[in-house]
Amino acid sequence: MSPAAPPARRGPLLLGVRHHGPGSARAVRAALDAARPAAVLVEGPPEGDALLPLAADPGMRPPVALLSHAADDPGRAVFWPLAAFSPEWAALRWAQEQQPPVPVRFIDLPAAHTLAAAEAGEPAGGAPRPDPLGALAAAAGYGDAERWWEDTVELRGGPGDAPADPLAAFEALGDAMEALRGAHPEDASGTIGGRPRDLVREAHMRQRIRAARREFGDGCAVVCGAWHVPALRAATTAAADKRLLAGLPRTRVETAWVPWTHRRLARTGGYGAGVAAPGWYAHLAAAPDRPVERWMARAAALLREEDLPVSPAHVIEAVRLADTLAGVRGRPAPGLAETLDAVRAVMCDGSDVPLALVEDRLVVGDVLGRVPGGAPAVPLQRDLARQQRSLRLKAEPQERELELDLRGPTDAARSLLLHRLGLLGIGWGRPAASRPGTGTFRETWRLCWEPELAVRVAEAGIWGTTVQAAAGAKAAADAAAARDLAEVTALAERCLLAGLSEALPQVLRALADLAALDTDAARLAQALPALARALRYGDVRGTGAPALRAVARGLAERICVALPPACASGLDAEAAAAMRGHVEAVHRAVGLLDDEELQERWAAVLAALGVRDGVPGAIRGRAVRLLLDEGRLPAPEAARLMGLALSPAAAPADAAGWLDGFAGAGAGGGMLLVHDERLFDLVDSWLAAVPAAAFADVLPLLRRTFGAYEPGVRRTLGELARRGPDARRTAAGAGAPEGFAAELDEARAATAADLARLLLEAADRPTPQAHTSDEPPHKGGDGPDPNRQGAGRETTGGRRG
Amino acid sequence: MDTHGNGTGAQALRPHAEDAFAHELKALAAADDRPRPPRWKLSPWAVATYLLGGTLSDGTAVTPKYVGPRRIVEVAVSTLATDRALLLLGVPGTAKTWVSEHLAAAVSGDSTLLVQGTAGTPEEAVRYGWDYARLLARGPGREALVPSPVMRAMADGATVRVEELTRIPADVQDSLITILSEKTLPIPELGQEVQAVRGFNLIATANDRDRGVNDLSSALRRRFNTVVLPLPATADAEVDIVARRVDQLGRALDLPPAPDALAEIRRVVTVFRELREGVTGDGRTKVKTPSGTLSTAEAISVVTHGLALAAHFGDGVLRPSDVAAGILGAVVRDPAGDRVVWQEYLEAVVRERDGWQDFYRACREVAP
Repeated sequence: MSPAAPPARRGPLLLGVRHHGPGSARAVRAALDAARPAAVLVEGPPEGDALLPLAADPGMRPPVALLSHAADDPGRAVFWPLAAFSPEWAALRWAQEQQPPVPVRFIDLPAAHTLAAAEAGEPAGGAPRPDPLGALAAAAGYGDAERWWEDTVELRGGPGDAPADPLAAFEALGDAMEALRGAHPEDASGTIGGRPRDLVREAHMRQRIRAARREFGDGCAVVCGAWHVPALRAATTAAADKRLLAGLPRTRVETAWVPWTHRRLARTGGYGAGVAAPGWYAHLAAAPDRPVERWMARAAALLREEDLPVSPAHVIEAVRLADTLAGVRGRPAPGLAETLDAVRAVMCDGSDVPLALVEDRLVVGDVLGRVPGGAPAVPLQRDLARQQRSLRLKAEPQERELELDLRGPTDAARSLLLHRLGLLGIGWGRPAASRPGTGTFRETWRLCWEPELAVRVAEAGIWGTTVQAAAGAKAAADAAAARDLAEVTALAERCLLAGLSEALPQVLRALADLAALDTDAARLAQALPALARALRYGDVRGTGAPALRAVARGLAERICVALPPACASGLDAEAAAAMRGHVEAVHRAVGLLDDEELQERWAAVLAALGVRDGVPGAIRGRAVRLLLDEGRLPAPEAARLMGLALSPAAAPADAAGWLDGFAGAGAGGGMLLVHDERLFDLVDSWLAAVPAAAFADVLPLLRRTFGAYEPGVRRTLGELARRGPDARRTAAGAGAPEGFAAELDEARAATAADLARLLLEAADRPTPQAHTSDEPPHKGGDGPDPNRQGAGRETTGGRRG
Repeated sequence: MDTHGNGTGAQALRPHAEDAFAHELKALAAADDRPRPPRWKLSPWAVATYLLGGTLSDGTAVTPKYVGPRRIVEVAVSTLATDRALLLLGVPGTAKTWVSEHLAAAVSGDSTLLVQGTAGTPEEAVRYGWDYARLLARGPGREALVPSPVMRAMADGATVRVEELTRIPADVQDSLITILSEKTLPIPELGQEVQAVRGFNLIATANDRDRGVNDLSSALRRRFNTVVLPLPATADAEVDIVARRVDQLGRALDLPPAPDALAEIRRVVTVFRELREGVTGDGRTKVKTPSGTLSTAEAISVVTHGLALAAHFGDGVLRPSDVAAGILGAVVRDPAGDRVVWQEYLEAVVRERDGWQDFYRACREVAP
């Protein structure tokens, strides 16, 4: 090792870049045009070499990522995202556009080693390396490394004006990096096989460069992160590098192109590339000239779509302001910060709300990349194929029906797979209505594999490498994007059905946030029952349950606060009926939640509703009835309230509504009147006192109330009414009700006794009670319920009896 | 420097910005070698430095006039440099007037061209009036005309300020439209007009969350670049502002200083910030936002009120019960909607919070 003259002067052309910097991309193109290398070497996994021809395919549209994953575990993967404005992409497209095409090679450490290291428990990403640009920027008097890079590299030599010497900038940057690395000899960015990660990677890059020089001579160009340039310049021996690389662990990997999105580029950590403004960079890279003017016009068009009045005059003023701001801040040209400040001040009335839209749609953007159909399968597709094989579910184009018994492990797994695919928008199976009477542990699906579903699978590849991970990520993203409470509640239920407890925390968080901001008590009330059911029949495994309980509880408390004013806000008959349905649904849900304190609060709300003026009669009546049934309201008090509601001062229509709420909708209301003479008397005397003019108005409501009773109850009520108040009182004293003999008829009773005994024995069995139809389907696994089918049959039997 | 009608800064109770900071302006003008827009006393860069503070090459220290995001001042100065009118929006207590005064002082060297907006501001205050004695004696003519500050600024190429723009009646507001778009002020009585000289510009301030005022028409709004002055960025900064201001007010009202009032002040500020921002301080729970502004100024008034209660009717110690009623009054402006917001906040946030039980009970007691 001798400190010879810098080998870069005669060795390969080293182009240090910032990953995803549009200015770097432009500079790389200019440098390649000037140097015309015989081969282009790019920082990327050598496994991708075989896939390079696809980059030239017209069906390939960035952003895309080169993805390598362990062959046996698609969940373990590494990504190299490439956007249209990435220098690496620019380099490989440049090489492919030449006539004849210039060969391209990836020179980074093979993914086989990186992934094997991840398997051995070493972090694949590692700690962030010391920020080299931050140090350079600080030296230049900038507080922000991004801005310094923008000003010195990205904003210089805008589209159209070529720099004087396209290679000089790279030379200078390499020297600066060399000085920097001298100041930071050690870096802590993880290890591979117990060796410093960067050193191993750079040794491998050097080895690949040596191989390329043997093949193509000295005229090679290397496109890599600026940080690596000094290491690639360094004069090390092939033997030393070989030693560093010897004995690295390796694993079998598969590599593929996958479509990527700008949003994923923008995300930091995980699969993101941490590019703060991919949309802005893409704009800079794509705009042929006047990037700021074009940007402002796009922002104006976007705001106009949202019905904000933005005129061309606004665009002009915004451009002027951005230019002046750049001048005041001493920048060579307006950057993203200046354009956004100008858009805010001129087009958005100083408000951050419309600006957020610009930031979301333009600065980040909804760009989705595309990979040609002939590309090798993405890992998600492989994972799906694997599951299809192990679950014996063939992807067939003809439609067929599949019935699943969720008590069996295979069928339960099939159901999970189909639910997860549904969440990912891969509509292979559609849930179909189950045959009646088959119980809730059965699911029926219609399966039909359409060819375009393969495209959907490829698109869904951006969410993850396994069906489960992808569905979880998609559900979390959907929850974050949801604007509607019902949407998120449905999503939470689907997460439960799909067994995605890892996505549940995010979904619940979105649910809690939306519930907190939703001012509509009705929507809150609609959301609660599904949650309560999910909690009660507990399909959440492990950690989900306490979080779910907290959210349901919070939701119930919000309802307790919001419901009384919502009920008292002048509802018309239709809205009152809907609200009454909500009150009932919340009542049932609160009962399921099994929380003493909450039930007390809810009872207090009902009591308040029962006596509050301005609340429609139907709701007041229902509230009183619910309290009476729970034993929280003594019968005399209920009678007093009924007396108040049915007193002559009350509007007849409202009184009839009260009656309907109290005694309507079947629900044993008739029996209550049959048995409680006091209540019956109140109804009877009120009805007799309704003025003739108002009678026609209340008649339909009364008919609906009493028409829903069973014929026997109706007849008994009619009998009671026919006898008149005085006769009733004497009859009540006599003991035997109308229609019954004084003595028991043993023979007739014996015929019914057998059936009654059967029913009672069934009820004694230690199994859950008959299930209502609105519970979620049972998913096998924990707490199987062999008696459900039987319970269903007995319910029918009971009704017949 | 200019001479103003009411004497120099030395005798005045509160000197004008250009007098109080004359030495800084002078030093900046001397050190400033950047291009200046026509009739500007300083370059845009120097104006920004004057507001944000810094040290000049000759060693003069420029005190910061505005403590807040740098971006705000840079956008404001750049707006004035592009001849666009500047609208400063913000809730009370965000230093709108302060910023506009210093901007005018730095740009034009004169912050006295001022129209104070009220519900009774007449058109004459924006355009011109007549000296009727002269009008009757000599007939219509320029010498009988009484120019408004706006007209004077147009003629001199200076910066004019309009305070509380949204309090001005809509028809008077509209007379600004021609001035801002055509940069001329017609005088139809004389068949003449005043054309604005380069350097003329207008800074307006308005309160963006006041109810029942005259909203700007979209035609007028289009003529402004808008800068919203934000509320204090952190709870500590706001607690500091409230505590300092309460202390000053308390001395003015001869209230005895309350020991340990800081804990209650922090609580009031926390409640106000959480409701204003719609999310709890730890960022984990969202809450609804009431219709009131809940500005720092209101937090100050709640605490002052609580101190008066504690001093005159309590034991002199500021307690949760002293501020509870004040907070309720500040939060519940709209009896229907805000009450629900407040109750939800009490139940979902206050009740669960450690050390807030006294406050929770006090609020439940005064709850409507």
